[in-house]
Amino acid sequence: MRLAKSYFADERKDDLNEIGQGRSRVDLPGHVTGKTTYFADRNFPGMLHLKMVRSPHHHARIRSIDTSEAEKHPGVVRVLTAKDVPHNTYTILILIQIGPEDEHVLAEEKVRWKGEAVVAVLAETERAAQEAAAKVKVDYEVLPAVLDMEAALKPGAPLVNEHHGQNYYMYDSGACRKVRFGDVEKGFAEADHILEQTYSSSPIEQAPMETTGCIAVPEGNDRFTCYTNTQAMFFTLDNTSIILQMPGSQLHLVGGTAGGGFGGKVDVIVEPIAILAAKLTGRPVSFIYSRHEEMQISSPRAAETITIKDGVMNDGRIVARYVTGYTDAGAYSRHSPYGAQKGAAHYPGPYTIPNVWADTYCVYTNRTPSSAMRGFGVTIADFALEVQMDKLARLIGMDPLEFRFINAYRDGDMKAHRQTTEGAALIECMQEASRAANWPVAEKYYALSSHPREG
Amino acid sequence: MAIRRGRGVAAINYPTGMNLGGDPSQALVHSTPTGNFMVTLSSVDLGQGLKQVISQICAETIGVPTDRVVVDTADTDTGPHCMGTFASRGTHRIGNAVIQAAKEARQVMLEVAAEELEVNAADLETDGAGNIHVKGAPQKAISIFDTALSAHFKRGRSISGRGMFLVPRSFPETETGAMKPATCYAHACTVAEVEVDDETGEVTVLTVKNVFEIGRALNPKMVEQQLVGGSWMGISHTLYETTEPYYPAREHGGSDFNEYLMPGPGDLADTEIIVLERPSADGPYGAKGPGEMCANPQIPALANAIFDAVGVRIDHLPITPERILRALKEQRRV
Amino acid sequence: MAKVPVQFSLNGSEKAEFVDSGATLLAVLRGKAGDTSPKGGCHQGTCGACSVIIDGELRLSCLTLAETCDGAEITTTAGLAEAGVLHPLQRAFMDGFAAQCGFCTPGMLMAAKALLDRTPNPTREDVVEAISGNVCRCTGYEPIIQAILAAARANSHNAA
Repeated sequence: MRLAKSYFADERKDDLNEIGQGRSRVDLPGHVTGKTTYFADRNFPGMLHLKMVRSPHHHARIRSIDTSEAEKHPGVVRVLTAKDVPHNTYTILILIQIGPEDEHVLAEEKVRWKGEAVVAVLAETERAAQEAAAKVKVDYEVLPAVLDMEAALKPGAPLVNEHHGQNYYMYDSGACRKVRFGDVEKGFAEADHILEQTYSSSPIEQAPMETTGCIAVPEGNDRFTCYTNTQAMFFTLDNTSIILQMPGSQLHLVGGTAGGGFGGKVDVIVEPIAILAAKLTGRPVSFIYSRHEEMQISSPRAAETITIKDGVMNDGRIVARYVTGYTDAGAYSRHSPYGAQKGAAHYPGPYTIPNVWADTYCVYTNRTPSSAMRGFGVTIADFALEVQMDKLARLIGMDPLEFRFINAYRDGDMKAHRQTTEGAALIECMQEASRAANWPVAEKYYALSSHPREG
Repeated sequence: MAIRRGRGVAAINYPTGMNLGGDPSQALVHSTPTGNFMVTLSSVDLGQGLKQVISQICAETIGVPTDRVVVDTADTDTGPHCMGTFASRGTHRIGNAVIQAAKEARQVMLEVAAEELEVNAADLETDGAGNIHVKGAPQKAISIFDTALSAHFKRGRSISGRGMFLVPRSFPETETGAMKPATCYAHACTVAEVEVDDETGEVTVLTVKNVFEIGRALNPKMVEQQLVGGSWMGISHTLYETTEPYYPAREHGGSDFNEYLMPGPGDLADTEIIVLERPSADGPYGAKGPGEMCANPQIPALANAIFDAVGVRIDHLPITPERILRALKEQRRV
Repeated sequence: MAKVPVQFSLNGSEKAEFVDSGATLLAVLRGKAGDTSPKGGCHQGTCGACSVIIDGELRLSCLTLAETCDGAEITTTAGLAEAGVLHPLQRAFMDGFAAQCGFCTPGMLMAAKALLDRTPNPTREDVVEAISGNVCRCTGYEPIIQAILAAARANSHNAA
C-alpha cells in the first residue's frame, strides 16, 4: 500500500504521535495463539442445544402443530411455539420509531418463506435436538407464492404479508422513497442522447467464518447473561427486552469479538428465543446457526433491479438522470426499507447532474428476508451507476475516465438530495488512478481539483 | 477461440455512518492509579480492528503511548450505549465519543499535574512518551504515573471522562427527498484488468489498482488489511457469489463453501492499493469509514473490463462463465 | 449410549476422556479437553477452521471421530508456542498483519505448520496449495501467503 501524501497535504497536519502509526494490533497475539475468545469458546454444564424447525414451503398457512412426538424424544427438555413467546414480534428499532413490526419470532398463522422459524426444540445434545426436530409435525396448507419482484408488484399477485396489504413497503412519501431535483423531462428534451438500461443482482451472503449464534445462561437471580456475536449489543438487548416482556435490567449481553460480521449479525434473531428458552428451562441454552442456516436462512444482501435513464450531451455532460430501484426485501422488512432509502440518498452517484429523479422501492417476495450487508443499499447501485457511465462514454465516443472527470462532483456543488458537496475527492482519486494504471487522460483533467468551481 | 484482455474503470463515493444519522455511541475513559487508561465501550470488533484503532485515538488525545491504553468492550453491564458496528460508523462515531471522553480525562490530568508543578494547566503539554511538562521548559516535568498517583491518593480527583457522539437524525422531505444522509464521504477509483476465455467464459482478474480516499489512515497497516480484503470481496461478488444462482428461482442455492463459491488463494489478482487522505471536518483526526466502500468499485470496474475484453455486457450479478458464454453465443449469432 | 475411552496426547499433554461414540474430535477438544483453538466454521469439512495435526498429518477435526484418535499425538494452534515463545509462524502472522477477525487463523496456522514441517522452503505455489482448504473471508489471503513465506525464510535463516 502506498500513501499518496501529496494530495490534500495543505489540509492535513501529519505530525501526530500515535495516529498514523502502523502499531501492531492488540488482538493479534490472541488470534495466533487461539486465545481470542469467541462467544462459543465457553462450556456450561447442563447446556441445552436449540434446534429450529423451519418451514419447507415458500408460503403456507399453518393448520396445526403437533409437538407430542418430539417432546417424548429422549433428551428433549422443552419445545417452544409461538404461544410461548410473550411479545412474538421482531421489533427492529421500535424504541426510535423505526418499524415496521411485520415479523414474528416463531411463526403463528402462516409461514412466508422457506426456512421461516416455526418450532424451537431444546435437548440435552445436538443430536437429540435434531432427531426430535424431525418428529415435529406441522400441517401446512400450501399457498401460492411469489418469488419474482415484478410479479409481486402486479395486481392479483399473492399477498406476501397482510401486515402491509400490498407487496411493497409504504414510506411516508408513498410507495417509494423519492428524490426530485430539477426537471428531468426538460433535461431529456435538451439531451443529445438518451440511454435507458436495467441492471440487476442476485442475493449475496455475508458468509462470515463464524456463524451467527449465542449462548444464554440463567444467572439464578432473575438475570440472564447472553454471550453473542451480534454486531449491535443494545439492539439485541432492547429488542429482547420487548420480545420477552422482561425489564432490560435483567439482561446482560456479553460480546465484543465476532468472527466476521459484514452485516450478517445485525438483525436480532437468535438471542430472544435462546434467552426465552433459558428462562423457561432454567438451563444454559446454545443456539448456533449451522453453515446451511448461515447460507440460506440468515439474511443475505437483497437482490436488486435498477433502471437508469440518462440524458447526455455530446460534450460529455449528463443533464438528466432518472433512476428506479427495486430492492427484494424477501418476506419481511428487517432493515430493507432503510436500505432502499439509502440507495435513494446515493443516487445519482458522485456526479453533479442538474436534473435528478429517483424512486426506490422495497418489495416483498416469499424468500429469505434480506437485510444489511457490507455496502448496504449502495453496492448494487454502484454496479449499475458505473457500468452506465461506461456505456454513456462509449455512446458519445469519449474515454470512460475523461467522461467521469467532466461530471465529477466538487465542493460547493448542490447534490440531488439538496446538500452542498463538502470534502469531495473523486477527481483526485481518478487522477491518481490514471497515473497508477497508466490510463492517460487529456492534460486539462490533471489540472482539475475538488475545490469549489470558479464563479 | 481466444483469451482476450480488457480493462475497465469505476469511480465511487460512500457515506460514513448510519444513513440519515441518529446513531449515537458513548464512551467512558478512566485512569488507573498508575496512569494507564481504560476505555469502556459496548462496541463490537468484527475483525476490522476497532479495539486497536480506538486505543490509538485515545492515546493520541490524552498524549500517551498506545500501550498505556486498554479497551474493554463489549459488556452491556459496564459499557455505555453504542448503536453497533455497521454502516462504516465504528471509527467515526465511536472514535469521536472516545476523543470527547479522553479530552475530559486529559483536562483533569493536566489540572492535577499543574497543581503538582505549581503552574497553570494551560501551560502544560504531554510529550507522548508518558510525561507532562511545561511548554518550552521540558525539565519542569512530572510523569503521568506520578500524576495519576497524586490524583487518586492526594488530590482526590478522578482522571476520567465521558464521551457521546450523535449525528442528529435527518428525515427525508417526502416530495423532494431533501435529506442529510451523512456528514462525510469516502471515495475510490478502481481500474481492473481481466482476461476472458471466449471458449469457456472464464474470467481471470489480472490486476486491480485501487485508489481509496479515506480521510485519514489512522493505522496504515490496518487500513491496508481492510482495503486488500475488501478488494478481494468486491471481485468475489462480481464473479462468484450468490445464494440463489437461478434467482428468482430458489433451487440449487449453496449450503456450504463447496457450493457458495469465492476466489481462493490461487485465484488472487495482483492488487495495488493507493491511499489518499482528505480529512473530514467531523471525523476523529479526520478519519472517514472505509470498511464498506473498499469492496464496491471493483464490481463495475470488472464488468466494464469484461466488456472491453469480449464486447459483451452482463448487466446482472454475478457475472458467471455461463452468462458470458450465452452472451458471446448471442453476439456471434447476430 | 456407551462411552468410549480415548487416550491421546494433546500438545504434549496426556489426555484421557470418555467420549460418546460418534463424537467428533472437534467437539471433544473444545468440549472436554478444554482446547477451544480449533474452530467450528461449518462442521462438514468445507472451511478448514477446525484443522489440527494428528500424528504429523493435517486433518479436519470436524470430520474425525474422536474414538479413532486413541494413542494419537495431536497438535493444535493452542500448542504452537513453546514455553511462551511464539512459533515463527505465529510471529510472522502478527508482524504481517495476517489476521483480522481471527476465526480462520488457528486452522491456517495448522495448515502452514503442516506445510513447513514437510517443505521447509516452499514456493508460493506450495503455500497456495497448502492453504487451499482454509477459507478466509476478511483478509483476501495475500497477507497470509506472505506471512507463511516470511516464516519459512526466517526458519532457514535460523537454520543456516
